[in-house]
Amino acid sequence: MQLSRRQFFKVAAGGLTGSSLVAMGFSPTAALAEVRTFKLARTTETRNTCPYCSVGCGIILYSLGDRAKNAHSEIIHIEGDPDHPVNRGTLCPKGAGLLDFVHSKNRLKYPEVREPGTKEWKRIGWDEAFTRIAKLMKEDRDANFVAKNADGVTVNRWLTTGFLAASASSNEAGYITHKVVRNLGMLAFDNQARV
Amino acid sequence: MTNHWTDIKNADVILIMGGNAAEAHPCGFKWVTEAKAKNKARLVVVDPRFTRSAAMADLYAPIRTGTDIAFLGGVIHYLITNNKVHMDYIKSYTDMSFLVKEEFAFADGFFSGYDPEKRKYDKSTWDYQMGEDGFVKTDPSLENPRCVWNLMKAHFSRYTPEVVENICGTPKDKFLQVAELLASSHTPDRVMTILYALGWTQHSTGSQIIRTAAMVQLLLGNIGRAGGGVNALRGHSNIQGLTDLGLLSNLLPGYMTLPGEKETDYDAYIAKRAPKPMRPGQLSYWQNYGKFHVSLMKAWYGAAATKENNWAFDYLPKLDKTYDVLQVFELMHQGKMNGYIAQGFNPLNSFPNKAKVSAALAKLKYLVIMDPLATETSEFWQNYGEFNDVDPAKIQTTVFRLPTTCFAEEDGAIVNSGRWLQWHWKGAEPPGDAKTDPEIMAGLFLRLRDMYKKDGGAFPDPILNLSWPYKVPYEPSPEELAKEYNGKALTDLADPKDPTKLIKKGGELLDGFAQLRDDGSTACGCWIFSGAWTEKGNMMARRDNADPYHNGQTLNWSFAWPANRRILYNRAAADPAGKPWDAKRKQVWWDAAQSKWVGSDVPDFKVDSAPEDGMGPFIMNPEGIARFFARGMMNEGPFPEHYEPFETPIGVNPMHRNNPKATSNPAARVFKGDMEAFGTAKDFPYAATTYRLTEHFHYWTKHVHSNAVIQPEQFVEIGEALAAEKGIRAGDKVKVSSNRGYIKAVAVVTKRIKPLKVDGKTVHHVGIPLHWGFKGVAKNGFITNTLTPFVGDGNTQTPEFKSFLVNVEKA
Repeated sequence: MQLSRRQFFKVAAGGLTGSSLVAMGFSPTAALAEVRTFKLARTTETRNTCPYCSVGCGIILYSLGDRAKNAHSEIIHIEGDPDHPVNRGTLCPKGAGLLDFVHSKNRLKYPEVREPGTKEWKRIGWDEAFTRIAKLMKEDRDANFVAKNADGVTVNRWLTTGFLAASASSNEAGYITHKVVRNLGMLAFDNQARV
Repeated sequence: MTNHWTDIKNADVILIMGGNAAEAHPCGFKWVTEAKAKNKARLVVVDPRFTRSAAMADLYAPIRTGTDIAFLGGVIHYLITNNKVHMDYIKSYTDMSFLVKEEFAFADGFFSGYDPEKRKYDKSTWDYQMGEDGFVKTDPSLENPRCVWNLMKAHFSRYTPEVVENICGTPKDKFLQVAELLASSHTPDRVMTILYALGWTQHSTGSQIIRTAAMVQLLLGNIGRAGGGVNALRGHSNIQGLTDLGLLSNLLPGYMTLPGEKETDYDAYIAKRAPKPMRPGQLSYWQNYGKFHVSLMKAWYGAAATKENNWAFDYLPKLDKTYDVLQVFELMHQGKMNGYIAQGFNPLNSFPNKAKVSAALAKLKYLVIMDPLATETSEFWQNYGEFNDVDPAKIQTTVFRLPTTCFAEEDGAIVNSGRWLQWHWKGAEPPGDAKTDPEIMAGLFLRLRDMYKKDGGAFPDPILNLSWPYKVPYEPSPEELAKEYNGKALTDLADPKDPTKLIKKGGELLDGFAQLRDDGSTACGCWIFSGAWTEKGNMMARRDNADPYHNGQTLNWSFAWPANRRILYNRAAADPAGKPWDAKRKQVWWDAAQSKWVGSDVPDFKVDSAPEDGMGPFIMNPEGIARFFARGMMNEGPFPEHYEPFETPIGVNPMHRNNPKATSNPAARVFKGDMEAFGTAKDFPYAATTYRLTEHFHYWTKHVHSNAVIQPEQFVEIGEALAAEKGIRAGDKVKVSSNRGYIKAVAVVTKRIKPLKVDGKTVHHVGIPLHWGFKGVAKNGFITNTLTPFVGDGNTQTPEFKSFLVNVEKA
């Protein structure tokens, strides 16, 4: 033992690592040699799937925070899931960079509107966004809804507003999107599979 | 994919054509490497460029872009003339003995029934001869000249190795080496897989290219087999799932279809989609269509869908034509659309002829963008100099931009190419005020419903009656939605075989689509996904990767549609007597002791149908077998034929020199104005094609720092011969132009693109990676689709991004 009693307590108080190392039988000398702890040891692991191509590689998200109500989770690392039968822990140059996608500075944060003829965005609230868009949709639907075609046959279609669905959104998002869009009578409706 | 990623390891021969899996699907391509290392598999790559996949190949053959039907037609010719077909397989499992109508014909590049004015076929002669018993006439001796086998032999007899060389530019000896290697899989103990991607889909003949590949695989007996199949490597992580869920203009969930406006009678609408068997003893599984449809309408409209109102048939919009994206942007360009909503999709970059797409968007009254990233489409109105030269003051469109979560910030399932529904979990909160897509759809819908409730308006009935049972109405949970597409019993369901027994109590989740009913007693939002979330829990979240048969099927990992089946048509992996074709590759087989089909996969068959009953393995087809002759199901003909890309470097279809109307796909739709915007080889002499790089994903990763660092700047690839001709050196800035616009990029001069000799001319290819734009953290660049033509495949309307003409000059 090279440390004084006072020095030893200082090391132990430095964190869990110090004290648990001692408990595991490491001498304080060895503990002092530890420069930093393994950063993923205190993270929460979450299973997810790479959102890029269609191989569907399993990934593990590592986040700070323990999921307590007031804890703010922050994803700090993403890697391949070694249990996954297809990718077995590997990732390609795209999947390996996923952390920078999650934290891209070009992520959108707030609803915005660009008014006709102007050249800038204006931040708005969700309530204003939903209400204004719903009004525009209703106005257009009420004015242009085709209940019957020229032969008097019921067709109940709305052709003047279209919807382009995504390519990486979940099944659940896709299902509710289809349910809402078709229910309004829209036919101009495709997803990325069309192209 | 008929098969799936891990299954590639079971192959003996792998053909990569119309795709570049090593570059675009690296972690899936690993299974190609595995097959090579562990199974002595041989990899064949056919591509205009010597790609990263080609670098791993045992055999590489160059091909001119857009000529894949000629190449594969040559393979069919080779297999038939050299008797390298799996005869026992095709005799029992295909239509080769079926008789075709006497009136069906092919001459001068057209099949019977062509109307050049309308650019459409009357397909009435493209069908079978029917017997008085109501079944298709056949001739098992194959002597009748009208049987499919003889018609097919005659059709492909023109595709000789010399014709292939002349059209494709593939040297004859290279082509023959490829054909020979592919043919080696015709024996029952060898299996070949085909891996393709958008390099086949994005042509004006794309669907027919893929059909030709399917015909090759049928001839070789490779469909339904482990290590076999025709495998579409899809481009995005959930394009498979969103297509399965029917988010396309003419579809409903589970590959059901919307009614056309001439379909006014509900019973006839269902009957047309539920065909009776065309041969004795066949299953024709789509006969259950009514059950799937009624259960969908119960999921959507609950008590408002009744037998009396034909399950709310009037609530469904009726089609007068297909509203695919080219059609929609054509209408928008004509000023006939007012609103457009783009959810996680960047049409300014993704659709052909950027100038037309941009002008179309500027005619909208409102545009709504839902996206995690700042896309180019959301700023189509902003001036970015040469990259996007528009005047904001002149664009009167109101644009809303709504921030959404990304994969890491939500729970849910996505479907990979192998049809696996894999559940994922949320890892953190989204940035700022971003919301999930279901929350945004709910927010818009609930406001619309309130407005219709309060003020009335056009046909409010479906809006007011839409089933919305979610505990928090403005935030439907992924669990609730997944259970809704899985389906549930609405009342107690009695066992049809024994009415005293209950199979489900009212309110319970269903085990699978076999439990669906057409009397309104079940609800199911997407029949093919039924089984994904049952009373046993979330089947998509299963994580047991055990592989007891060592054939990579992992039946307890996630959930595969349909019915957790990993390889489609797997009944065809056994011979007609129910014994595996190859004892080493045991998939499913008939167990006489148990009187049922068993195996390492979920049998794709009626499990208690004994082999001697003679039911065919292709149970979704009313014939019970697979079709070489497509009947009226394709728009340009029942057999594939080579047509040139709409912009052809040789200006003529060598198959039909004397019929200029058969130069390019006679049945492809071309809008007025777009035909004029096609260029010719006189001004634009080089064949161009677009593609992805392994460092980037579509238009997303230019927003991602690490990817922007490793591949920062836009470039184009040209061969050394063309570079020398043009005096271009590696690193020079070049201008690449088509008849629709230009881009500027750095030239990469490469040995990987060689000039080809085609119909007596030299054809150079120009390779154009697609990843840049005017938003992102990479260097800004031009939108590649400034160059591409506004014409689509004759069936799917997928644009011809892979074959067009450009000129190249020093910038």
